[in-house]
Order: sequence, then C-alpha cells, then structure tokens
Amino acid sequence: MRHIIAILIENEAGALSRVAGLFSARGYNIESLTVAPTEDASLSRMTLVTRGSEDIVEQIIKQLNKLIDVVKLIDLQETVHIERELMLVKIKTVDKVRDELRSVVDIFRGKIIDVTPTSYVVEMTGTSEKLDAFIATVDKNSIIEVVRSGATGISRGEKGLHL
Amino acid sequence: MELNGAQIVIQSLKDEGVEYIFGYPGGAVLHLYDALFQQDDVKHILVRHEQGATHAADGYARATGKPGVVLVTSGPGATNAVTGIATAYMDSIPMVVISGQVPSAVIGSDAFQEVDMVGITRPCVKHNFLVSDVTKIAETIKKAFYVATSGRPGPVVIDIPKDITAPNVKVPYNYPKKIEMRSYHPATQGNKGQIKKAVELLLSAQRPVIYAGGGVVLGEGSQELIELAHTLGYPVTQTLMGLGAFPSTDKQFIGMLGMHGTYEANMTMHESDLILAIGARFDDRVTGKLDMFCPYAKIIHVDIDPASISKTVRVDVPIVGEVKLVIRQLLDGLKDAKYKIDKKSSETWWQQINQWRGVECLEYDRNTRTIKPQFVIEQLYQVTKGEAFVTSDVGQHQMWAAQYYPFDKPRRWINSGGLGTMGFGLPAAIGVKLAHPNADVACVTGDASIQMCIQELSTALQYKTPVKIINLNNSYLGMVRQWQEFSYESRYSHSYMETIPDFVKLAEAYGHVGIRVENPDDVRGALEQAFAMKDRTVFLDILTDRTENVYPMIEAGKAHHEMKLRVAIGTTTDRELS
Repeated sequence: MRHIIAILIENEAGALSRVAGLFSARGYNIESLTVAPTEDASLSRMTLVTRGSEDIVEQIIKQLNKLIDVVKLIDLQETVHIERELMLVKIKTVDKVRDELRSVVDIFRGKIIDVTPTSYVVEMTGTSEKLDAFIATVDKNSIIEVVRSGATGISRGEKGLHL
Repeated sequence: MELNGAQIVIQSLKDEGVEYIFGYPGGAVLHLYDALFQQDDVKHILVRHEQGATHAADGYARATGKPGVVLVTSGPGATNAVTGIATAYMDSIPMVVISGQVPSAVIGSDAFQEVDMVGITRPCVKHNFLVSDVTKIAETIKKAFYVATSGRPGPVVIDIPKDITAPNVKVPYNYPKKIEMRSYHPATQGNKGQIKKAVELLLSAQRPVIYAGGGVVLGEGSQELIELAHTLGYPVTQTLMGLGAFPSTDKQFIGMLGMHGTYEANMTMHESDLILAIGARFDDRVTGKLDMFCPYAKIIHVDIDPASISKTVRVDVPIVGEVKLVIRQLLDGLKDAKYKIDKKSSETWWQQINQWRGVECLEYDRNTRTIKPQFVIEQLYQVTKGEAFVTSDVGQHQMWAAQYYPFDKPRRWINSGGLGTMGFGLPAAIGVKLAHPNADVACVTGDASIQMCIQELSTALQYKTPVKIINLNNSYLGMVRQWQEFSYESRYSHSYMETIPDFVKLAEAYGHVGIRVENPDDVRGALEQAFAMKDRTVFLDILTDRTENVYPMIEAGKAHHEMKLRVAIGTTTDRELS
C-alpha cells in the first residue's frame, strides 16, 4: 500500500543522504521525496512516498525514527489528510488543438503559465493520482517535458506535525 | 580557559574520563598528536594498522562496558578503520572514532588523502558528525559519547578537518556536563500494559523458554536475568552474543541456540509454546528458515530498539525498554500475580528437555591420535578455571570456543558475531588486556584468521599486553571447507592454504614466545606453560585435526528441528510432545 510519511528532521548537512541512504541500504522503495526548510530554520520537512506491505512500512517508520537527526514523523495514511503535488508540463500545440487543450486544463483546474506559438506550459496541483490522470488525457506525442515536485501532505484539522 | 582545537579534543576526552585511545598518526591529525604528546592522562596505544585500532578499542569496550576510543588520520587511515567500525555497529558496541579530515578549504577537491568519511561510514555507524567550527568541538564530542553509550549502543564517528584543530586559533573551553538532544530520546521503562500481558503469558505457558541475547550483556542485565530465570524455573538458551549473561554452568542453561547451537536448545525453541526473547534480535543464524521458526510459540520480545522488534519474526508482546528495568518490572509483575507457575507442566517440559539433552550433541571422538580442537578448548577452560576473557576470530574455532568454554560471567566472551570479522581476535585481546591487566586473556583463533591482523603482535610487545594466542591450526579456512564438504560435494575451492608461516618463528620474530603442539598429550602442558608466563605473550600453534567439523549444524534453509548431528539419531518427529 502507498504511504505518505512526513518527517521533521534537523536541518543539517547530510540529513537528506541519511534518509535516502537508509532506503537504498535496506532495499525499501521510494516513490518520491521532497525536502525544504520550515518556518523554523533549524528544521527541514520531508515528505516521502513509499509502497510496501504493512510489515515493511512498520520497519521503514521504525528505521526512520532511529535516525538520530529525525525529530518527529507521522504516517499521513493513518490520519485524514490532504495531499498535493505540483506539476509543470510543456506541451507542443498546433492551432486546431489549442482550444481543446485549454478546456482540458480548465477541467483539471490547471493554469497555462507560458505560451508560445507552438507550446504551452501548464501548471497543475493536486493529488498525484489527479496529475497522472491529466497526463493520461493529453496526447503522449505532444508532451515535451514533465516536471513533478513529488507529493507533499498535511493532516486535516487543528493537530499538526510540529515540536 | 582558552584552548586551540587540538587541545579541546584531548581535554574533552580527559573530561569524558577516557583512559586509552587507540590510533595511528598521519597528516590530518598531526595537530591532535601534538596535543596528545603534551599530556599524560589519555594514554595512546599505537597500533600497526587502523583496523587493529578499532578492534582493540572494541575489545576494550566489550570487556568494560565503557566506550572504546579511536583516533585515525584522513583517507586510508579512515577507510582502514571502517571494517572495525562496521564490526562494532553490528554488535552494538559503544565506540567513538575521531578521524582527521583534509582542511575545510579543500574538502571536495580530491585533495591528498581525502575521503568522504561521513559518507562512507553512514550505513555502519549509529551517528556521525563533521565538525565545521572550533567552537563546536566540545559539544560534538559530548554528543558523540552520549549517543554511542545510551539506548542501543553503537559506534559514532567525528570527522574533524585539519584547520579546525590548528594551534593558532584559541577559543574558550567548556565541556558540557549534560547534553539534551531534541531528536534523540532512548527508551527506559517498558509499557505497563505490555508487562501485564507478558506476565500472564509467562504464568500460563506450558513449554516456555527464555531466549537471551547480547542486549543483556550490553544492558548490564545479567543479575536480573538470573533472578528472573530462577524465579520462573524455565530453561534458558542464549545467542552467541549473549553467552555469559546467564551462567553456562547453571542447570537451567540448555546451551547456545541457532546454526551451531545445541540439540536441546534448538528443539526446545522449536517445540516451545512461549518464547521470552530478551535483548536478542532474531538474527538469521538464530532463526534458520523463517517460516518454520518456532511454529507453536507466542513470543514476548524485550528490546531497547523498537526497530529490532517484529523485524524478521512477528511478535505477540513487544516491550521496548532497557532490559535491566524491564526484567525488574516483570519480576514485580510476577510477585503481584494472582496465580502461580504450573509446577506439573513445568516438570513434564523439563523431562522432555532432559531427554533431548541425553543426545549429548557435543560429544566427539576423544580417542584419536590427532588433536581435536574441541579438546583444546576444554583444556583451555580447565587451565584458566573458566575465569579467562576469551576473544576469538571468526570460523570453526569461534564456534568451538562458544560451545566448549562455558562462560559464567558476562563480558568474558568477546567475538565478532554480527559482521563476522576475521582478524578481530588479536587486537581485541590487546584491548581486553589493557582493561584487565591482571586477568588471563586468551585469543582463540585459526591459521587463517590470525593472519588478517597478525601485525598487532608488534603492538602487544610495545604495550606489554601478555595475551595467550591459541591457534587451532588445520591449514584450512575451516568453516569454508566445512560448507564445501556439506554443500559442494567436497570441492575445496581455495580453502586450503598451501603455505602457512612458521608461527613459532613468527612469534619469536615479534619478540614473543612461540610453542608448537602436535600431540594430544602435550596440549595440557603447553597451555599450563603458556599461562604460567604471566608477562609474556605466548603463541600456541596447535596442529589440529584438519577435517574436523562443527556440529550440530542447521544448514541453510533448514529449521531448528532439522539439525545435522555428528552421530545421526532417529529422525525427530515434529511433535513429540502434545
């Protein structure tokens, strides 16, 4: 099953490699990994998407907690949560499909943020699943490049992952 | 007090109470060595290879419970230390390794003797640090010792660029008395609800067994374990790493379990309906085939590391905490419990176990003209009255030492169980002897293992650490040969050493005493002679039976009840009890 794990980690050199190294050394699967500082400059927040049986995910969480730099973590799968991923897609456009593409972008609540006579850049946020769905809708041959941030997530309600 | 970086490192070690530091100088640590030179409190042991430094520090740590401390230079000094760091990591041994690094300004430029030590050691340390500022040295060292020695212990590396220890930059020195880390809170007491469940299971079990590991030694829980076992009256088996935590001569002890464990220990595990695992990690050498592991048992698992619980075997009652405290909680729980142990079922269970004991799985042919390695270990036990600290290398001799030298106290049996590092024994013995100068220290080794760190014979002379080397010389990489005999139709691919040095001359060349033993009748006398020479390192080169095998053995992919015994007995039925 897919799990989104949110991690607060000391914002120190090498922190990212400790997490990434753990996954490669123990053969765990990483689907995506994002990391950036938080409002507290001494802390980074990572969002890690992984897949595995319940036993494996339990081990992943224990092993992550064991890393000395990890301050706190939460498996968002176990709470009601919101997931968002940002995607930018550059698409080749020819006159006759430009309107049609615009309406598809609207349906997916995306934005066209760059236009040239032969291309669009579409910005879109949503769950990873929704972004997959958009990609599936667009003609494969027209896609020039896709860049995705990897999923980020936050729990609903008042409670949160903080110190 | 204002000190420069190098002085801060050494002063911090003093303040930490460090007695010995095992190391080897080089370019990146010259400032540190200069600071070492100007004081006498921290004694430096100059090894002959950095691997020896880490193993010696490791031996010191295992024999005392105090952290071992190592100092190596950058590049090759650092990489040579990695095997010893990984060895300590796998067996959870507290160790602090200080490595020099090239100056900050040239890090990343492939400078002379540069290697990314923090990167290389990341997977085999509990934690590591790169010190970026002279004002952070003291705090970093305090953190390193705290992390290395608390919770589940382990090695910590501190990588210090040369400019950080420069003599001309002085800053105020303050060694923190205590350190708090917001990201690190090792467990202490076990969860009360889980303790209650465990007590209920312990009291209702019909065929219980206590399976104790190295965590009991590391967590100083030996006395508590003995009290618990005697209160319950249940059989106790121990892992290779746990030996000595529970007295091997106690009548409740049923031997080591696992791949070369006793028949009674493995059968007891297999038929058990309740396993109380304490400070053990269900390692593959213990479990054998996982889906056949202890098919009838409920499992209670006490461990300080949550990640050890349900890692390979799913357990029913996990208890995270310090073994010492958790066993105390269990004892209190047993005292308060409403009902008592069922004596009758306990008797039936012991009858069954004693029947298994009757197989005498450790018997071997005593009437031979060749020297049996098992006999040597038995004689070693008698000559040292079971009181010696015994280090070993890795292979057949290691298993024989574990099987035939009954350890009654913790920290007496010192070997590389997790990583299985050949070359560990001799430098570890030097570390043990420094810690316990008046104790007998024996290094049980083989002709292959001993050659992996033989250069430390020179260190043993310089620091007058008279250890006794018991070399079980069979000209083979014995354990490899055994596996090739069993699993590769005796195709002995590169497991025979056609040329072996004359160990007697070699020992003499290093300034020690060498004695060769070729006859079973001379074993006892040679051992007595060796241990009588209190102030000399003695190398006993004992030519043993070349094709002797370690029994019992659970071969790869087999379960506990499918042991290979020296003398085949009737096939054990899966369920003799019920």
